[in-house]
Amino acid sequence: MKAFTALVRRDIRIAARIGGGGGTGLAFFLILVTIVPFAIGPDLNLLSRIGPAILWIAATLATLIGLDRLFQADEEDGSLDLLMTGSMPLAMLVLAKGIAHWAVTGLPLALAAPLLGLLLALEPEAMGAVFVTLLVGTPALTFIGAVGAALTASLRRGGLVLAVLVLPLMIPVLIFGVSAAAAAVGGTVPFRTPFLALCGLSLGSIVIGSLGSALALAFAGE
Amino acid sequence: MLRYANPANFLRLARVGIPLAGGLSALLFAVGLWLVFARSPADYQQGETVRIMYIHVPAAWLGMASYSLMALSALGTLVWRHPLADVSAKALAPIGAAFTLLCLVTGSLWGKPMWGTWWVWDARLTSVLVLFLMYAGIMALWNAFEDPARAGRAVAVLTLVGFVNIPIVKFSVDWWNTLHQPASVIRLDGPTIHPSMLTPLLVMAFAFTALLLALHMMGMRNEILARRIRALGLTAARGEEAAE
Repeated sequence: MKAFTALVRRDIRIAARIGGGGGTGLAFFLILVTIVPFAIGPDLNLLSRIGPAILWIAATLATLIGLDRLFQADEEDGSLDLLMTGSMPLAMLVLAKGIAHWAVTGLPLALAAPLLGLLLALEPEAMGAVFVTLLVGTPALTFIGAVGAALTASLRRGGLVLAVLVLPLMIPVLIFGVSAAAAAVGGTVPFRTPFLALCGLSLGSIVIGSLGSALALAFAGE
Repeated sequence: MLRYANPANFLRLARVGIPLAGGLSALLFAVGLWLVFARSPADYQQGETVRIMYIHVPAAWLGMASYSLMALSALGTLVWRHPLADVSAKALAPIGAAFTLLCLVTGSLWGKPMWGTWWVWDARLTSVLVLFLMYAGIMALWNAFEDPARAGRAVAVLTLVGFVNIPIVKFSVDWWNTLHQPASVIRLDGPTIHPSMLTPLLVMAFAFTALLLALHMMGMRNEILARRIRALGLTAARGEEAAE
């Protein structure tokens, strides 16, 4: 457990000192949200209606930024090999790195979402709903992405392949995230139903993502 | 299975198997198409366009079957370390993608006269589209690696993760349902489709399956030969290096 928290803290510290991932993802999030009104027009009624969907799509794409470095940086300088020879099970190692990565990239997206909601004229309830669903849903995105990151860790142009690999797998999270956010504002379905499905997806993705990435890293090391 | 771990044994099998499966497929296609065009009735609502079904439905079945076979091959790579398992998986990816694309295109052509639109965002259509995207991702990962053995292991992990995800995708896509008719052949209470249409459909399905087998063996043979050429090239390059 001590090694686990140490690894989480190490990764967060590296991200904080070197920068990169989190900040870039956040900037990308902002840019995507800014671009959409240019494409569909400045009609505030329309924007406020599709705002939750815009924020969710933008957040999904923004998690891809920096994902390729999740294992690659450690693979390049050899610290990944060192970690893998340690006594911590590989899946736990992935879990620790994933949690740290989420805290640096996913969590800021959820925190920034209500703020960007202002640009899209979201109602306060909708802002709250987008914040809560992103808070619960971004771990799923991070851990599904972790599988792709582990698979492409040794590739030089991994980032391009990564997006093609993981986006189809992220579709269920997107569906339930957006429908939960939409259900909070109104509609026929109660908020609870899609929200609980989203929670379930998130928990399941953390397990499958950790195991899948561990498998990928183990086989890549052979 | 283990006997064919030796590529030479497999190549010997393929020399017999490819013409056999190919011939069977050609024969079944001839019979099936004759049944489809001469022996099966036009639908009382859909008219002649119902004949698209005999291509569309088998293509959909085989698009999904190819993915299941690929997942089985992935298990072969990761669990049993069967040397031909990743060759099999690699050969299946483009074939499965082609069947899935065929299903999408014929479905689109069928949808235009029936529903009045080329595409609707209905649950079943969308799941098939996602399946196609997964094939695209798998093929992209195959191309990303230099070394076929490492590519094989990476793709195997991705294939299995995707396989676990397919039911989840299906379930979540069902969330915003549906213009497409529910399944009418594989059901617990027996098929609801009339025998005059079921027979040609099944013949066509077997024809497609035989085609899949033939193409799969051809793809595997090509991959084995391509790897042999790659190995020969590498040995020759090393020999030149040593000579210099």
